[in-house]
Amino acid sequence: MPSQGEFYQRDRERHPPAYTRDYKTSVARSPQYSAISLQNSVSEITGPVFGHNDIDPMDRDLLHNYAQPGESAIGERIILHGRVLDENARPVPNTLVEIWQANAGGRYRHKKDTYLAPIDPNFGGCGRTITDADGYYYFRTVKPGAYPWRNWVNSWRPAHIHVSVFGTGFAQRLISQVYFEGDPLIAKCPIVKTIPNQDAIDSLVALLDMNATIPLDSIAYKFDIVLRGRRSTLFENRLEGN
Amino acid sequence: MAQSLNYLKETPSQTAGPYVHIGLAPGAAGFDIYTQELGWDIAGPNAKGERIRVEGLVIDGTGSPIKDVMLEAWQANAAGVYAHPEGGGDVEEGFRGWGRVITDFATGEWGFDTVKPGRTPGRNVGTQAPHINLWIVARGINLGLNTRVYFEDEAEANAADPVLNLIEWERRRATLIAKRTERDGTPVYRFEIRIQGEDETVFFDI
Repeated sequence: MPSQGEFYQRDRERHPPAYTRDYKTSVARSPQYSAISLQNSVSEITGPVFGHNDIDPMDRDLLHNYAQPGESAIGERIILHGRVLDENARPVPNTLVEIWQANAGGRYRHKKDTYLAPIDPNFGGCGRTITDADGYYYFRTVKPGAYPWRNWVNSWRPAHIHVSVFGTGFAQRLISQVYFEGDPLIAKCPIVKTIPNQDAIDSLVALLDMNATIPLDSIAYKFDIVLRGRRSTLFENRLEGN
Repeated sequence: MAQSLNYLKETPSQTAGPYVHIGLAPGAAGFDIYTQELGWDIAGPNAKGERIRVEGLVIDGTGSPIKDVMLEAWQANAAGVYAHPEGGGDVEEGFRGWGRVITDFATGEWGFDTVKPGRTPGRNVGTQAPHINLWIVARGINLGLNTRVYFEDEAEANAADPVLNLIEWERRRATLIAKRTERDGTPVYRFEIRIQGEDETVFFDI
């Protein structure tokens, strides 16, 4: 029997709504009817389980995971690290964390990206890892560059790393973006501004973490990820049985 | 001053963007980096039950297919068990029940092979009809969309399904029922997802 119940409902005041006029692509891609609220069944409290056999330890090192032997990616070398926690402040262990990003010049290795900044032959731009027993994760990579995109005529994305996280239930599934402390483009970005709450925006900004730097090698940024928490079943309102 | 509840707040969502494939399906982005990509085999070789294919399109408010969408599927096996510690039992070796679904970039068509899931327990009472849970992300989608695929040939189970019955507007329930055809002896279910406009698909806040 589960000792925990359903997940806490999402705080819609901290997530972007579907329709956000100033992020133009959302206009035709946003449902107009309200979503139907569903109390969690077994379909939502469960989710895929991953193990260390699914990935390679090297996958978390974007400096080298696509580089020729003896070479590494070009750019400002960073460590991105932190913990995956739930809203009860408990660590989420053994969960898959995947990231993807542009290279230091702001160019993605994708057949649909035609930005004039060059591809780095030694940089793929994706990584993945599984959190340890304390929910801890880290990646080595380069700090991505800002790049222009077609929203308004002259729109630029702040430097960012996309992050995808699972948790233990499909209801926790989340994709977001990590920004970097001090970037003046954050406040100008129509995608950032889809989030209607400044405190929530601030929670996407990774802080420079001098204590985690490797002297003479890499600077570090800390980014904790919080997934939905679960209700304790203090009183009978069971998910299973009758 | 009152006490503090000391809960953390969930990290807010941001769009997966146009280059989601780099991170989650790099082969589709055009490069080979991982020894093993995740989510391409939902059921595995040992799963019991009927082998099926599910195909469709995701269509935007202008009536055009969304060609850069990515879907994830999550389902029980043919016995109605999810591959999870709280999933209701054991599953066949190699059955994960989870998959990543990429479109053909030229047409937006997607499809995946799996086994037809069985019925699963309802939240408190009753039984859920066979269904596949979908999570949909793309450029322009600010928070992943959740919906469910039900099956046309499960009319009796669908009629008793607690989730379908939660949808107040009966005609909208039809947006969640995949149409069954056959191709080379394999059942193929067609499931078109309309993000907005006429016959907008039902999405769930789970």
